[in-house]
Amino acid sequence: DLVVTRADRKVDLTSHIVRVLTSLKVENSGPEAVSQFLLAFPNVQAKNLAAIRAFGTEEKVKGPSMVLPIEVVQPSGVPPELTFFSASLSKPLEKGKTLHLDVLTVFTHSVQPFPEEITQAESQLVVYQDSAQYLSPYPVKVQTLSIRLPGGRVESYTKYPNTKLAESELKYGPYEDLPPFSYSPMVVHYENNNPFAVAKEVIREIEISHWGNVQITEHYNIAHGGAKLKGEFSRIDYQSRPYIRGVSSFRHLIARLPPRAHSIYYRDEIGNISTSHLWSDSKKTQLEVEPRFPLFGGWQTTFTIGYGLPLQDFVFNSDGKRFLNITFGSPVEEILIEKLIVKVVLPEGSKDIDISVPFPTKQEQEVKYSHLDISGRPVVVLEKLDVIPEHNLYFQVYYRFNNISLLREPMMLITGFFLLFMACIVYMRTDMSISKNSPSYLAKVQWDEVQSIIQQIQAIFNQCLAAHDKLETSLHELSRSGDVKSCKVARKTADAQFKELAKELKPLLTSLQSSSQSYQIWPKVEELVAKERELQDKLMTRHSTVVDSFEKKLRGQDVENRIAAQQQKVAALRQEVESLLEYISEI
Amino acid sequence: MAAATALDSLPAPLRSLRLKTKQQELLLRVSALALIYVLAFVVRLFSVLRYESMIHEFDPYFNYRTTLFLSDHGFSEFWNWFDFESWYPLGRVVGGTLFPGLMVTAALLHRLLRALSLAVHIREVCVLTAPFFAANTTLVAYAFGREIWDSGAGLVAAALIAVCPGYISRSVAGSYDNEGVAIFALLLTFYLFVRAVNTGSLAWSLASAFGYFYMVSAWGGYVFIINLLPLYVLVLLVTGRYSQRLYVAYNSTYVLGMLLAMQIRFVGFQHVQSGEHMAAMGVFFLLQVFFFLDWVKYLLNDAKLFKSFLRITLTCVITVGTLALGIGTASGYISPWTGRFYSLLDPTYAKDHIPIIASVSEHQPTAWSSFMFDFHILLFLFPAGLYFCFKRLSDATIFIVMYGLTSMYFAGVMVRLILVAAPAVCLISAIAASATIKNLTTLIRTKSKSPQTVSGKSSGSKAAAKGAVDQSLPFQQNVAIALLLGAFYLLSRYAVHCTWVTSEAYSSPSIVLAARGHNGGRVIFDDYREAYYWLRQNTPSDAKIMSWWDYGYQITAMGNRTVIVDNNTWNNTHIATVGRAMSSYEDEAYEIMQSLDVNYVLVVFGGVTGYSSDDINKFLWMVRIGGGVFPVIKEPDYLVNGEYRVDKGAAPKMLNCLMYKLCYYRFGELTTEYGKPPGYDRVRGVEIGNKDIKLEYLEEAFTTSNWIVRIYKVKPPKNRS
Repeated sequence: DLVVTRADRKVDLTSHIVRVLTSLKVENSGPEAVSQFLLAFPNVQAKNLAAIRAFGTEEKVKGPSMVLPIEVVQPSGVPPELTFFSASLSKPLEKGKTLHLDVLTVFTHSVQPFPEEITQAESQLVVYQDSAQYLSPYPVKVQTLSIRLPGGRVESYTKYPNTKLAESELKYGPYEDLPPFSYSPMVVHYENNNPFAVAKEVIREIEISHWGNVQITEHYNIAHGGAKLKGEFSRIDYQSRPYIRGVSSFRHLIARLPPRAHSIYYRDEIGNISTSHLWSDSKKTQLEVEPRFPLFGGWQTTFTIGYGLPLQDFVFNSDGKRFLNITFGSPVEEILIEKLIVKVVLPEGSKDIDISVPFPTKQEQEVKYSHLDISGRPVVVLEKLDVIPEHNLYFQVYYRFNNISLLREPMMLITGFFLLFMACIVYMRTDMSISKNSPSYLAKVQWDEVQSIIQQIQAIFNQCLAAHDKLETSLHELSRSGDVKSCKVARKTADAQFKELAKELKPLLTSLQSSSQSYQIWPKVEELVAKERELQDKLMTRHSTVVDSFEKKLRGQDVENRIAAQQQKVAALRQEVESLLEYISEI
Repeated sequence: MAAATALDSLPAPLRSLRLKTKQQELLLRVSALALIYVLAFVVRLFSVLRYESMIHEFDPYFNYRTTLFLSDHGFSEFWNWFDFESWYPLGRVVGGTLFPGLMVTAALLHRLLRALSLAVHIREVCVLTAPFFAANTTLVAYAFGREIWDSGAGLVAAALIAVCPGYISRSVAGSYDNEGVAIFALLLTFYLFVRAVNTGSLAWSLASAFGYFYMVSAWGGYVFIINLLPLYVLVLLVTGRYSQRLYVAYNSTYVLGMLLAMQIRFVGFQHVQSGEHMAAMGVFFLLQVFFFLDWVKYLLNDAKLFKSFLRITLTCVITVGTLALGIGTASGYISPWTGRFYSLLDPTYAKDHIPIIASVSEHQPTAWSSFMFDFHILLFLFPAGLYFCFKRLSDATIFIVMYGLTSMYFAGVMVRLILVAAPAVCLISAIAASATIKNLTTLIRTKSKSPQTVSGKSSGSKAAAKGAVDQSLPFQQNVAIALLLGAFYLLSRYAVHCTWVTSEAYSSPSIVLAARGHNGGRVIFDDYREAYYWLRQNTPSDAKIMSWWDYGYQITAMGNRTVIVDNNTWNNTHIATVGRAMSSYEDEAYEIMQSLDVNYVLVVFGGVTGYSSDDINKFLWMVRIGGGVFPVIKEPDYLVNGEYRVDKGAAPKMLNCLMYKLCYYRFGELTTEYGKPPGYDRVRGVEIGNKDIKLEYLEEAFTTSNWIVRIYKVKPPKNRS
């Protein structure tokens, strides 16, 4: 027993998505309280209905409004050509009370191009059909309908009494006291060159990494859903007057990404697309993507947009569970998505997954393998048909994830490299040869021995040379300070060291001599030993000569003269010893 | 020295960590090699940084497409792949007409990365295959250098080849072509063979045969190996350097390599049937005869008897050999040399007989400037290296000398063969550089040591210095230092030059063109991809595209549409048909296009942007190739007094042929340059001669934003009334 006392409908036809906002004033004239309000649509319209939302306000017009739940119902005794939706009121409407109800309905595919094929220079004309009167199961007292057109030419429209076309607004009504189910079809045929961007399929992948990033990858397959291009596409016409010759086409799309989006890329199957622009400020990031070619009616293209978002903006904690809170639809403006697949890739090791979406979707789960995954990452797949910007609502995915699992992949890498190096070390240190008796193997073993002996010998000779240097420095000291005693001590220690080294050298030399592999090197080593012995002797004698002459307080010149010959000999010997050492080390 | 003394003062446990000289040297060598490895990889990434990770040029697109197929469908499908999308209506037996080495390598690398659970796209693998193999080549170059000279030369060779522009030109990231892996395989085969010859080991010969197999599977250039090896053996025989080692190495490599190579379908039985491979077989038999004679000589132990035996045997062998060759050739069992082979031996051959080979710019004889550009100082070091090689002649140096000389000759014949010469030039130059620097440093070191050791007492130093000076020339040390500095200067210039060349000349993908705009910013012409993507998205999936063969691979790979001819120029007649259509009047061309089921025609036109490698500039080759098969097309018809022009004075046939019409359709209305009349062609620098072009059988379907690619739709035939 409800009566609609006033119904104002506003239809927005500026884009290819039709939005109808119906403001209703409902009064309960019956005796009983009513808790449901019915909305009726013809089936033709209902099948294009993408979204319906009702907001109710009781009594005062400017009171707090609340969203009413809506469901499809099938009341008895109504024509089958109609589809009914029922909005459940938050509290039953008492007798005599009024209620303000705002219903937003969004239709797709309701604007049809006519003619269906146009040339490049022609404007796109489209047709929209609706009822001039509000279709309702309740009697309507006063009603109006206003249709906002995009501007430009209007070819024709259905004329009823009280019809008025002003500027770009077409008005029907007011009509008064109409019975339930009144319907009078109207058609408007007008010019609309706004982009008819229709995405046949969009796959939106949201990948969470707890290292601090939410990576979003969106694959688009976009077509121009308007009148098809017939005949030539002429570049010269298009580039000289793009807004006249090519008016029905569109060349770019705008995506509003969340603020702080980073690492944005735009590419397709064959590579990067270089025509895109980006603006960003603290509130939003705006990306303008230009497909490789302008889209004319019937043309299509595919591309991929990807970007990263900071984790802390989208993933939160609540009662030990984490949840992702992010918008459902695509960030591209005024785009109709015929099929949207949202994939939420959770980190490997997530469990207890719950999903909460504000509208019905088809849900599935799958597993994705990415870098260094073993068990794979759980993926929540949500699928929805006919998605429009109104569906850009937040949805939540709840899951449990342990932070320790974060370290798994780095640990795997560390272990891998560690094992690799270990394997190298083991390989270098183990003897892998099969036959331990073959001559070549034995020769190699002997050669290794010879080499190690030679290294030891070298070390000894280097020590000897160091001792020589020490003797030399002691002489310097002597000439500076005249401290004969310390100089003698130095000689004594050097002498002792030489003896010790000679003792060490002896077994090495014998083993080297006995080795069959050393026939090449042995003479050199022998020579080295002899020369070094000689050098040692010379040094000692020179040392003692100098010390002696110092004790005898001879003049410096005399000392020089006395040791000059020795000096030369020592230098020559030293050089020979060093070159021999070098020669040996090079073997 | 300072470091060593500093180490001496450390406490004992730390001092025990001090490395021995040998270990120090090893550490230095390994880290130098590792740095070279990284450098070789990194220097090739300019193209990725400048542009993006994408496939370059023409042929790589085919390789990429086949790799995708291989990784999607598996090996046996790939082997049996019949491609309907190219050479319409003939198709192409892809599995039997390609060298699969590259694709298999990339697919295996991809699979390996997948197995290591690294989720990379196959495209990235393909893009980075060439740099990866170039880096591996440096390791092979090091080993090779060590084998023929010493480890110092090996290191220098690795460093030189890491940045050698001649090699970089074919192995930058994205240049996904056979050469990318083939140079690695080539050098590896040579190295293993030299190693086998040096050691006489069966294992190395075996490895060499497998290297050869990989080479055969990767690139048609394997013919170079199979001819160089017998030539080398022959030279060793003639110079009296025959040895048991050589016998083992050559025979096992040849026999096994031949058997393995037969497994590649594209090569098949060519090793026993084609004239190009006969030299290897001849030398194989010769070696047997030689061995046999050697044995007989040993048994007979009588010079006179052996001489008569030698005469009989040689006559028999030569008769049998000539007879076999003659019968084989006459009966067609042994195929004669192919045109490509002839064109290598005689640079003028292709120009007269095979226009399709001559039409490719990379098959032109090399200019001196490009030698300089690609080799820089190596060009001077190369002869010096040859000198060092001759000075220390061994089996290995003889090989590298022969490799260097022959490949230098081929590099002179064809621009693209600079690539084959690059490793040899690097190795030989490395010998020169390394030997020179080593000599100089030993000079400096022996000199500098004497004053240092006796510096303790001033009086002694004079005598010691005197002793040293006696053995050498005056100012030797200073001169040596100066020379050393000069060498370092040259080598660093080389590095600078290579980096510059790589970044400026060899890192352009050639699909995306970049230019400087008016305000100095970079302008990108991405017209090719724009057009290919338009084809892919907005034409029926069974559409047939006619274009000149250069763009065939790209259209199939990026546009995913069927083409009439592509870069695999196996059917000259088919290409000539397309050339004929392009150079005929529109109505004649329409008939040809109808007979080929053509739906779209694609032409490349640079008149607006000044892009010079467009179809109008290639048009004379279309006329020549078309005229080579169809005498209706005559080159003089398109020329005026032997001059090729497109302005008002052009030949009438030129002004009305299909190619002219398609390129200049409605171009007469466009003003390309300020102060010039409309229809001014910026490539040819003239105003076009036919501004009023009407198309009857075709219509413009798409033209890219800079007009570089123009696509026309062939209208369906009119109803017969």
